[in-house]
Amino acid sequence: MKQRSWIAVGLLSLAALLTLAPFVWLFCASLKTNEHFFGSTLLPLREQGLGIDWSKLSFENYRRLFQELDFARALANSVFLSSVTGLLATFCCAAGGYALARFHFRGRGLVTACVLGAMLVPAPLLLAPGYQLLHSIGLLDSLAGLVIPAIAPAFGIFLFRQASLSSVPVELLEAARIDGCSEFRTFTIVALPLIRPMIGTFLMMTFLGVWNNFITPQVVLQSPERFPLSVAVAQFRGVYYQDYGLQMAGTVIGVIPVLILFLALQREFVSGLTSGALKG
Amino acid sequence: MMGPAASSRLAPWLFLSPFLVIFVVFTLYPLARSVVLATHQTFGPEHEQYVGARNFAAMIADPLFWTALRNTFVFALASVFIQLPISLGLALLIERRGTPARPLWRILLFSPALVGVVFAAMIFGIILEKRTGLLNVMLHNLTAGAWNLDFAWTQQYVMSALIVASHWMFVGFNMIYFVAALQNVRRDLAEAAVIDGAGSIDRFRHVTLPAIRPVAGFVVLTSIIGSFQLFELPYLMLNQTAGPDNRGLTIVMYLYQVGFEVGDLGYASAIGWGLAVVLVVCTVVQRLLARREEAAV
Repeated sequence: MKQRSWIAVGLLSLAALLTLAPFVWLFCASLKTNEHFFGSTLLPLREQGLGIDWSKLSFENYRRLFQELDFARALANSVFLSSVTGLLATFCCAAGGYALARFHFRGRGLVTACVLGAMLVPAPLLLAPGYQLLHSIGLLDSLAGLVIPAIAPAFGIFLFRQASLSSVPVELLEAARIDGCSEFRTFTIVALPLIRPMIGTFLMMTFLGVWNNFITPQVVLQSPERFPLSVAVAQFRGVYYQDYGLQMAGTVIGVIPVLILFLALQREFVSGLTSGALKG
Repeated sequence: MMGPAASSRLAPWLFLSPFLVIFVVFTLYPLARSVVLATHQTFGPEHEQYVGARNFAAMIADPLFWTALRNTFVFALASVFIQLPISLGLALLIERRGTPARPLWRILLFSPALVGVVFAAMIFGIILEKRTGLLNVMLHNLTAGAWNLDFAWTQQYVMSALIVASHWMFVGFNMIYFVAALQNVRRDLAEAAVIDGAGSIDRFRHVTLPAIRPVAGFVVLTSIIGSFQLFELPYLMLNQTAGPDNRGLTIVMYLYQVGFEVGDLGYASAIGWGLAVVLVVCTVVQRLLARREEAAV
């Protein structure tokens, strides 16, 4: 039995090593300029003696990103898009999901069917007609054209409906109404605190989804000054094709901040991710 | 002033209004529009010409569409039959009794799921490259120079390269679902099975598997749906091309090329419907299989 435990830990360690290797490689690669890029797998070693040749490492790639290539703009766009979309979508989905779970009204079955149906529509199918629609209402190549269609995803309505069904007791809502609370106050003061865990989870899921989204901004945006990080970094693959260090530094900026943010908040995030599978 | 009865009749509609507006404008209308578009040939967003069912006829006869479908299908098979067993295996290793530091393993193996596909494609595009690639350099050193492979750019390795990169991203992600499902395994049953002298394979088949079956079905379905929407990974790893001999062409990449590089939104919509049909068929087949298995248990 003891011996088997060691095998398990050994296999897990191997998996962890394979998982972490690309992160370590990425960070090392971002510190190397092109002339030293091919010289070493991870960090450049000294030609004589042992140890790392620090003189071949620098933050030059990062300096070029921010001073020559206006990468701060892309970073700001990503922060703006992710947080604004995240906040609006969380509020709209919480309100909608709560209404679907806790109000009896004519048409509720139809709306629920719409929510479930919309979740089945594959996103790429809407790419071409969505592009044409944004073109005809003048939202192409604008940040609003990215935010507005994303503020009330059916998936979010569904998650908040499930959360409200399981954690907002009807009696509490009745009590608030008898005390004279308006429906809006009942929602914000009674229901919202009860579904707080789902609010945290969904906010993070949306933030991360928008931050990492590529195909939508790639299709909707044309002006480089509006590009989020994902699209800006992908440009390097074409324009600065030979400049590996620069590509990797841009990728570090796209990866590390969210990684730190989400590892800090991982408990809520991971438990919420699986709630769709277990309760749905 | 509205009476309380009127306000509570209106309230749900007000709460749902953002969803309803967005749903009608950005889902329902484009969905209907894509039916219309699929019967037109377009040149950019403004000029279109009615062609009837010719887009669909062209699609059936289009060798690139079938190449894309085949590649995507191979990728989906790998996701279900290679990736998910690895995810389940890791989940079992973490959750088995006597494994130390469970939360640490979970979050460590999960962490690549936080990396966007674009960024992972950037990393693996270079890792799998011939001159600089981490993998190639290691192979080169291990085999004393006998092996020197250009993974992402050699015909027969393109799909393997994509699968390796996608495994790095999603093995840990799917593992989390299995970890959650394993919490449903009843300890008392597992212990009773041990007392009855059941081996670990029997215990897995008769105690663990029934408990995780619903979640496994969900994970299989989401993996298939996700696989069929593969785009960014090959598109960026292969430097915005479909790779040598179109070995990295996927359905959504083909849709993107047709719609936004060629500018024919009509044919792109027809391809979108082709994708939707494939996904519906997969979903129905998975449901039927799951139901038959449930009946068999």
